[in-house]
Amino acid sequence: MKEKINIVTSTYVPLPLENVDTDQIIPARFLKATTKEGFGDNLFRDWRYDKAGNPNPDFVLNQGVYKGEILVAGKNFGSGSSREHAAWAIAGAGFRVVVSSFFADIFKNNAMNNGVLPVVVSPEFLTGIFASCANNPQATLTIDLPAQTITNNETGKSESFDINPYKKDCLVNGLDDIDYLLANKSKIEAYESIH
Amino acid sequence: MKTLFDKIWDKHVVDTLADGTIQLYIDRLYCHEVTSPQAFAGLRERGLKPFRPAQVTCIPDHNIPTLNQDRPIEDPVSKNQVDTLEKNAKDFGLPYYGLLHPKNGIIHVVGPETGLTQPGMTMVCGDSHTSTHGAMGAIAFGIGTSEVEMTLATQCIMQRKPKTMRITIDGQLQPGVTAKDVALYIISRMSTGGATGYFVEYAGEVIRRATMEERLTICNLSIEMGARGGMIAPDQTTFDYLEDREFAPRGEEWEKKVAEWRQLYSDPGATFDKEIVFKAEDIEPMVTYGTNPGMGMGIRENIPTLESIDEAGRISFKKSLDYMGFTAGEPVLGKKIDYVFLGSCTNGRIEDFRAFASVVKGKKKADHVTAWLVPGSWMVEKQIRAEGLDKVFEAAGFELRQPGCSACLAMNEDKVPAGMYAVSTSNRNFEGRQGPGARTILAGPLVAAAAAITGVITDPRELI
Repeated sequence: MKEKINIVTSTYVPLPLENVDTDQIIPARFLKATTKEGFGDNLFRDWRYDKAGNPNPDFVLNQGVYKGEILVAGKNFGSGSSREHAAWAIAGAGFRVVVSSFFADIFKNNAMNNGVLPVVVSPEFLTGIFASCANNPQATLTIDLPAQTITNNETGKSESFDINPYKKDCLVNGLDDIDYLLANKSKIEAYESIH
Repeated sequence: MKTLFDKIWDKHVVDTLADGTIQLYIDRLYCHEVTSPQAFAGLRERGLKPFRPAQVTCIPDHNIPTLNQDRPIEDPVSKNQVDTLEKNAKDFGLPYYGLLHPKNGIIHVVGPETGLTQPGMTMVCGDSHTSTHGAMGAIAFGIGTSEVEMTLATQCIMQRKPKTMRITIDGQLQPGVTAKDVALYIISRMSTGGATGYFVEYAGEVIRRATMEERLTICNLSIEMGARGGMIAPDQTTFDYLEDREFAPRGEEWEKKVAEWRQLYSDPGATFDKEIVFKAEDIEPMVTYGTNPGMGMGIRENIPTLESIDEAGRISFKKSLDYMGFTAGEPVLGKKIDYVFLGSCTNGRIEDFRAFASVVKGKKKADHVTAWLVPGSWMVEKQIRAEGLDKVFEAAGFELRQPGCSACLAMNEDKVPAGMYAVSTSNRNFEGRQGPGARTILAGPLVAAAAAITGVITDPRELI
């Protein structure tokens, strides 16, 4: 059973960069664990720390100004490798929602398989979110998964987002694909018998 | 009227949910040591066993050293990951090709060369470059670890059907232009997210004339423009490559299979969600100048100016050039480089080593350049020696290493030091990909060879 997602209201961390790839989210040298725990500490490792391991004061997660359960990033977030460690790192760092105008496919699936909701917004809405927190770091967003809406509480503007009903059901109820597939095994055997 | 993709996909649908989500049957699962341990742990937690163990193959490749593979792996964390895969394979009765096994190597090199990869199949692996196998007329794509667990448990995954795109490359390539250049050219035009949501079929004269290995290189890089996968209709080139390989069907079964595979093409008049056409004559030897594979250009071109970039993308563009130590608008030709890496699932096959040898033969490696020549598998290594290419490399001052993913993602010791420039035949130039602070210039084997000889970015056509 994964953590369920319903309505999330939180301050958010802005990362206004495009094409943030999975090697930046979690560099390959940190992929050597055999469990899913502990990746959050190395989220954005090479942007967050210098070579000596000291926090880089210019990086948003080190400034203490922006916090929250929501990460907001520029377009094409999560491109590159299929490493699910990227989703584990984001979940491990306490994020439950990632907002962007565009996500890479594999990352999107991996996030949803780990109870992290990717929310796609229009480029204009995204610009508005970045502007709101630049004015007020305490600005919040509300993501209502059952209603499929995201609201910028600073401006009051809302947008609806897409998610397929099957995945939505999994996230709202904390279920995963394996539960579904195992319940469906007779169909798999029937498929195999005719192919 | 169906596309190649639709023909294979439709045949593998086990069930369709009311919202269109599909339960897709997977013919073959490849597992490596980095993205599988948590999947096996998940199986154990649920008290499950692999559903179809004969359809799974386990090969460690990401972490393994490229020297002294007969000795225990020095890095204890890497060793633990490799040992964990071996144990999981043993516990669950799965085929395992470990270090020094004649079938060890990069999983995307070993799959095709052993005939495990066949036309018409669906195949997955916890690795985005699984798209490589699509070159043989299969649907092959990268998945996450949760999906590895699903496949182990049920031989199925839950998927949305991707949109289809056909990329046609017409005409004839200029001499000195390789399959890698074709792929880097396509990605530079498409951008790094330009094919996200699509499954790509490559077609056209260039593809028809391409060898199997050239096709593998092109399909390998599909993910670098965001595509779910890439594929090429199987033809005589495919069948000739596959025939008599260890796991390929034989005798009557072979004839029967080939007859089936001959039906795997996009019907004339089949419609794609998107069609794109490129001209082969426009493609030059390529290099990248930035920190994603979409930031590529002809080797004689200049880096774009800041003004030519969309406003929303300028912060990222500038950050990228700062990281690389390059200036907008300048050429890269003649820039000094420090490292050369020949290898990876993109360019670690015998034809890549032949191409590299064709440039360096009778010449000497530049003194200041460190070169890593890493075959994609032991089968490739054996062939290199059989053809005497190892002697060519040795005479030119190069040393052949042992197979593995190596400096492509630097999970082993093969790391490029911070600030150094590497001309690399691999697939990603992301920040830190080849080691913290390493600066990667992606290129084909000819450009890499030319740089290794001259020590600077050089148009290989000047040397051949």
